[in-house]
Amino acid sequence: MVSSADLDTLILTFKVAAIATTLMLLLGTPLAWWLSRTQCSWKALINAIVALPLVLPPTVLGFYLLVLMGPAGVIGKFTAWLGLGTLPFTFSGLIVASVLYSLPFVVQPLQAAFSMIGEQALEAAATLRASPSDTFFTIVVPLAKPGFLTAAILGFTHTVGEFGVVLMVGGNIPDETRVVSVQIYNHVEALEYAEAHWLAGCLLLFSFSVLLVMYTTLKSQPVAHPFK
Amino acid sequence: MNEIRASFQLDYGEFNLEIDLILPGTGITVLFGQSGSGKTTLLRCIAGLQQPSNGYLEINGVVWQDSKQGVFLPTYKRPLGYVFQEANLFPHLSVRDNLQYGLKRITKKPDLAALKQTVELLGIGQLMERMPERLSGGERQRVAIARALAVKPQILLMDEPLASLDSKRKQEILPYLSRLHQQLDIPVLYVTHSQQEVAQLADTLVILENGRVLASGALSETQNRLDVAQAQEQDASTVWLVAIAEHEPSYHLTRVIFSGGSLSLPAVEAKIGTPLRVQIYARDVSIALEAPVATSILNVLPATIVEIADAHGGQSLIRLQVASQVLLAHITRKSALLLDLKVGMAVYVQIKGVSTLIHQ
Amino acid sequence: MFKNISLHLSLTIVLLTQSQFSFAATSLVAVAANFSKPMTEIATEFEKATVHTAKLSFGSSGKFVSQIENGGPFEVFLSADEKGLETLEKAGLALPSSRFIYALGRLVLWSATPDFVDDQGEILVTGGFKHLALADPKLAPYGVAAIEVLKKIGLFEKIQPLFVQGENIAQTYQFISTSNAELGFVALSQVSENGKINSGSGWIVPETDYAPIRQGAVLLKKGAENPAAIALLSYLKSAPALAIIKKYGYDLAK
Repeated sequence: MVSSADLDTLILTFKVAAIATTLMLLLGTPLAWWLSRTQCSWKALINAIVALPLVLPPTVLGFYLLVLMGPAGVIGKFTAWLGLGTLPFTFSGLIVASVLYSLPFVVQPLQAAFSMIGEQALEAAATLRASPSDTFFTIVVPLAKPGFLTAAILGFTHTVGEFGVVLMVGGNIPDETRVVSVQIYNHVEALEYAEAHWLAGCLLLFSFSVLLVMYTTLKSQPVAHPFK
Repeated sequence: MNEIRASFQLDYGEFNLEIDLILPGTGITVLFGQSGSGKTTLLRCIAGLQQPSNGYLEINGVVWQDSKQGVFLPTYKRPLGYVFQEANLFPHLSVRDNLQYGLKRITKKPDLAALKQTVELLGIGQLMERMPERLSGGERQRVAIARALAVKPQILLMDEPLASLDSKRKQEILPYLSRLHQQLDIPVLYVTHSQQEVAQLADTLVILENGRVLASGALSETQNRLDVAQAQEQDASTVWLVAIAEHEPSYHLTRVIFSGGSLSLPAVEAKIGTPLRVQIYARDVSIALEAPVATSILNVLPATIVEIADAHGGQSLIRLQVASQVLLAHITRKSALLLDLKVGMAVYVQIKGVSTLIHQ
Repeated sequence: MFKNISLHLSLTIVLLTQSQFSFAATSLVAVAANFSKPMTEIATEFEKATVHTAKLSFGSSGKFVSQIENGGPFEVFLSADEKGLETLEKAGLALPSSRFIYALGRLVLWSATPDFVDDQGEILVTGGFKHLALADPKLAPYGVAAIEVLKKIGLFEKIQPLFVQGENIAQTYQFISTSNAELGFVALSQVSENGKINSGSGWIVPETDYAPIRQGAVLLKKGAENPAAIALLSYLKSAPALAIIKKYGYDLAK
């Protein structure tokens, strides 16, 4: 029942989600680490900015991105200066939008996991000759493993499910920006309910199984915190 | 130079630390004080975990920190071992991996024989494969000590390592600490607020109050200073270093000697010549003007009064010199008055009880 | 007691306005996004001219159809096409006898940049743009018309790779107005005032190049008994309403 066009949107969606999640983890890890340790007065401001996509209607975020990444926008001028052209209606633009939109879903679980690692663990590592980066990879990362798992899964599934932002900056181009949520919406708008049901069903089943796996794994692997 | 020079100024507004110390480069130096006295802060400064505005630190001739020259070795570059109040083991690593964590970072080829020796010294051989969550508090602390020693530190810093343990667990660890004392050739800085630990472990005592050094020096000199708050307390005591001279099995007694005299103790099972620490509580010491002829008390020694001070509760605190040893006595103010005690008087002290501390 | 007073008041109003005998009522109207500006103005005039009020809800026609199918509370539906109306009529949710064409949409090839689009649409041939925006033809009649135009002038194959599709005509307009797409096909009503393009540059596509975009209105079953709904539909055919529709760049049904 799923047409090849629909299948293409599914494949594209997972591609976007996988790339965006990787980028979010690379970007979100240092950010979350900084947020969990800093006493800096900018912390509240950065926290608020990161959390903004949680409360903003996605179409608002999408609209601002469309304006900012457009030829007259700040980001658009910058990307044009870099010789990359402008980002809306491109796969890269979709990645950028997805990263911004889903970042709080990655940063917040990481930040929570990092915050739970006491200063004492880091100090103990320092007295055992571990440099700060060594400590991060050998102590912080293993202790924050459940946080990383949660962050990756929430980031991925949230990107898969994103709609409003893509609608605004995507331009609905097959194999480039036509992701599954937009395709479902278009099926509904075009009154093609059967196709919409099939795709939506796939998405629902996927998201549910991933979340189920996540909660089962987290339950069997309690966060170890004998530091207190 | 075989010594530790530490000078720190640190201002936190409500609390400030101003320390200038020269400490011996061997043996156990106890940093003693009530909470808030700055003893842990001082230790953290030495470890580089806290960076004071003004600091100078030299360990056995090597400068670790000199704010005037802009020298500051970060903690991970200081060759030290640190034992925290809570054992602070890494919960995701087994005991073995905890022990090897630091070891792997000082050398590519870990000296497993040395590690084995440390493991045996602390009696944790059978715990190697366990995860920290499955250790008792005492075991955890022993692993933490072994982990700190595994990096072959040039100085061992211990921050109230027994404070989080109940008295039974404390007794479980103290023998290990004493053994360390014997076998380690590196200086140990040991923070505590327990007089018991001071009595049992200190070679050198530094008394801190409100971020300042109140007294610092060999245990025998500092422990009996009357201006020191602890001397005023009910359980003020003096620790003497003695050696076993003979056993009197028929009386179930052991005679020990110190420079200038001897004492009888309840029997101690150890060889002749074994060094011991004995603790004499000030409240167990009474004073007589003449040598008592008929007394049930075995330990009567000639002494000279060095200092007299008032203590609370109608008590007088008397500091005496017994040969080269110092002794504290707590007597009622009335007795002091009746006997007309004066500084410089030759008297006799009767010691009702002597407790033997762990073997040295 | 209160009943008497309110009856008395209504009678007074009826006498004062000399209108036909009826009570003031409110109707809930679903309006296709492209018609939002003229409809707002028409509703204001409608409320001045009658005792009734009209509450307007704007959105895409497709979404309204599915909402109405699933119990949406709308009483009047001004669609962007006729397709959805037939679906609703078949389902018995709209009254077929009430259906009429209230406006014919006009298509314009528009750019936010002045002098970018010439008044003959030659730019489609000469090129010089990376993106051409249009409404998704599956969803919006303006998209269908745009495809028809491109096919007629034989450029569909060539330009198709440059397409960016808006979910509706409002979003298509956004793509172009933010210059993310250099140009695109939108509704004349979106970029004109009194029949003239009021910003950027554009080519008003001749009516002969595409099948008329017939925007149909219908009375929904929920509004069948509501005098305000009935009155609004008849007001849409009145001279003041037609003038407003024309002013916004729509043609009228012949």
